[in-house]
Amino acid sequence: MNNILNQIGIENYIFLSVLLFCIGVFGVLYRRNAIIVFMSIEIMLNAVNLLFVAFSTYHQDAEGQVFVFFSMAVAAAEVAVGLAILVSVYRNLGSIDIDNLKNLKG
Amino acid sequence: MSPITLIFYFLSAITLASAFLTIYSKNPIHSAIYLVICMVSIVGHYLMFNAQFLALVQLIVYAGAIMVLFLFTIMLMNLNKEDEVHKPRITRLGAIVVFVITSIILVSIFIHSKTIMGDYDTSGEDFQSIRKLGQVLLNEYMVPFEFASILLLVAMIGVVLLSKKEKTEK
Amino acid sequence: METNLALVLLLSPFVGFLFNIFFGKKVSRTVSGAIGTFTVVVSFLMSICFFAQLNQNGKAIELSLFDWISVHNFKLDFGILLDQLSLLWLLFVTGIGSLIHLYSISYMHDDEHMHKFFAYLNLFVFFMITLVVGSNLLVMFIGWEGVGLCSYLLIGFWYKNQDYNDAAKKAFIMNRIGDLGFLIGMFILATMFSTLNYSELKHAVAAGDVNTALLGVAALCLFIGATGKSAQLPLYTWLPDAMAGPTPVSALIHAATMVTAGIFMITRMNFVFDLTPEIQNIIAIVGAATALVAASIGLLQNDIKKVLAYSTVSQLGLMFLALGLGAYNVAVFHVITHAFFKACLFLGSGSVIHGLHGEQDMRKMGGLRKAMPITYITMLISTLAISGIFPFAGFWSKDEILMVAFEHNKVLWVVASIASIMTAFYMFRLMYLTFFKDFRGTEEQKHHLHESPSLITIPLIILALLALVGGAINLPGSTWLNHFLEPILVAKHEEHALGSNEYMLMGIALAGALVGIAMAYAKYIKQSFVPKEDAAITGFNKTIYNKYYVDEFYTFLIVTPINGLANFFRTTLEPALGKAVFSLGSAANGLGTQGKKLQNGNIGLYLFVFVIGVCAIITYLFIAQ
Repeated sequence: MNNILNQIGIENYIFLSVLLFCIGVFGVLYRRNAIIVFMSIEIMLNAVNLLFVAFSTYHQDAEGQVFVFFSMAVAAAEVAVGLAILVSVYRNLGSIDIDNLKNLKG
Repeated sequence: MSPITLIFYFLSAITLASAFLTIYSKNPIHSAIYLVICMVSIVGHYLMFNAQFLALVQLIVYAGAIMVLFLFTIMLMNLNKEDEVHKPRITRLGAIVVFVITSIILVSIFIHSKTIMGDYDTSGEDFQSIRKLGQVLLNEYMVPFEFASILLLVAMIGVVLLSKKEKTEK
Repeated sequence: METNLALVLLLSPFVGFLFNIFFGKKVSRTVSGAIGTFTVVVSFLMSICFFAQLNQNGKAIELSLFDWISVHNFKLDFGILLDQLSLLWLLFVTGIGSLIHLYSISYMHDDEHMHKFFAYLNLFVFFMITLVVGSNLLVMFIGWEGVGLCSYLLIGFWYKNQDYNDAAKKAFIMNRIGDLGFLIGMFILATMFSTLNYSELKHAVAAGDVNTALLGVAALCLFIGATGKSAQLPLYTWLPDAMAGPTPVSALIHAATMVTAGIFMITRMNFVFDLTPEIQNIIAIVGAATALVAASIGLLQNDIKKVLAYSTVSQLGLMFLALGLGAYNVAVFHVITHAFFKACLFLGSGSVIHGLHGEQDMRKMGGLRKAMPITYITMLISTLAISGIFPFAGFWSKDEILMVAFEHNKVLWVVASIASIMTAFYMFRLMYLTFFKDFRGTEEQKHHLHESPSLITIPLIILALLALVGGAINLPGSTWLNHFLEPILVAKHEEHALGSNEYMLMGIALAGALVGIAMAYAKYIKQSFVPKEDAAITGFNKTIYNKYYVDEFYTFLIVTPINGLANFFRTTLEPALGKAVFSLGSAANGLGTQGKKLQNGNIGLYLFVFVIGVCAIITYLFIAQ
């Protein structure tokens, strides 16, 4: 099969990935709802995974995809734990506004 | 414009739009749905790369498990109707500025980096079929593979512990 | 064997000091005093042994106890040198010291801190012996400092009185100023010759061309040290104030021993001073001026001990005059005779004060001749000696000084003669006011008048005998002392054949003394003049009575500015410094408070900064390529 990059070029994928990542960063800083913050983190992770796969095709190497494999495993674990913490916070504080988590102030 | 390029642009548009809408929409359920759409579009990207295994795994794990988890949590906390107070104006402005800056920096870095290979050549051999992937995983990356399972085990235990209701104090 | 005996000589008074410090309170007072006296007597016997040996074979003994400093090319050992000069000094220091210790057993008997007194006295004798027997300048300096310390301890012995403490401090500080000069002189000599040992210095100075200018500076600095210790102009004001100490202290330290340390040092270093005639001139002028000024102050003092103090300063001035004219053996002669009669005078005055239960003002004394005959006779002998009446000891020594002065510089001779006439006047004034006419004190004192106990009178008698015959050691004719000191001195001093010049000078000196005595007699016996009360003294007399306001001048010049400076530091500088230093703490505190605002617990802010940081790092890494 032809290398798809011959037709699209790696720069486009770079742009796509970077933009996706920056959208994720923007989301983390912009929203107060903790769930949306988590979702933004997922967007960031996906952007990176996409870039890894693009470069794996670029180098014709499997290692990039192996890394994506592990990245997904870790992302799954992280989401599970993070949501569990979020649920605990919700149980204690009654809301999931991250601006309420100020006990480390000062 | 070849069809591949068109498909690429189409998929990219969906990815970016859905990601943006995830952040922008007020209703968390809507955000979750948009995120699912984003994930699925990325599956499409993977398929274009011929990374079959990863595409399926992404679909199953991300769109299937993680997003379902998100949706369950949202429904658990009853966030259907969301009246969220916005962050202070300055913070939002700062966030936008950061977004712009970060994107510019990253893009310029990647553009100015030198490419090793001028042409994209195909080696012809198989590098990403599931067979090859399995061989690489279980030969060179054996230890991380096992550790990943332990990681998942630990995460499971942690989650169970964290979400236990404390019976004494309440 | 010799080393052991020398160590016994040196350390015996120190053992007495240790005993009295640690066990003095536990034994009775008499025992404590007896132990103290015994240790000094032991040293005296040792010095007699060594003296006899030296007289026999004429060889000086130099022992090295241990190597002390050994750096680069400068080597110094803690050594003992027992030669003619040091043995002579040792004899009269330990001899008169033993007599004064004996005297103190009775004099200080009523004092509850008597053991402390004897401890300090023993310590003083130990340091004085160290000063005298040292074989190099540094060991002498140890003794020098030590006697200064003991002088401070003993002057301020009755420490409950703040005036006495101030007098002690004054003595110590003025001594210290002199010590600075001594130290600088020592440093210069050590730099020039890489040694401080006397014999080595002597050889080095005689050996080759020495930088006489630098040597002159060293000599001047050494002389400044001697000025401080021997109470010459301008560092003499501590000696009259030092009379605040008990009388045996005044007798021992400020008459016979410590104040002679300056003369000892200059005699020891005579080879240095011989090469610097300008410095010798300075010494002679300072000595003569001191003699005159002190004698003039002594004319009008009313405290019996202060008169003796000023007379001490004056006589020391005469000795320095002799040193400045190069006549070292004459100065040593006068030191010895002066020690005899001045100690006798001080002890006698102590006896008078003891009899009157602490009264020291001569205006309240009088007619003690009948009540205290032994004291009277011994003091009379000593007064005749100090006035320079033939054939008492003072006549011979003072005459020698006047003769030497006449040879070198007539002006100095005139000044010295005037000082001698004044000496005769005020000493006999003292005698007349104290012992003659009627008693002017209270009735109760009159009833209690009696002669002092034997422990007080025996030393008086011995010293008076010495004052009587002491001139025999250096009579013109059989000049034993001159011959004895020859190995020490570099320059040869020609002896005077007794020609008509000399006899004439002797006659003039004698006549002057008699004139002084007659004037005193006329005023205080014929006219029955009693000095006025303090408030009634006016005019020029008042200036002299107030010691020419020198103390006030020093206070104005030095003490007040230093006090002002100290006050300034205390009130302004120290709080400012404190504020400056503590302000660092406040600054850190302020900085921390501002930094605290960074941690407002707001996760959004943390993330924001996090992203900015990552961007910055990436940019830096990218650009730094």
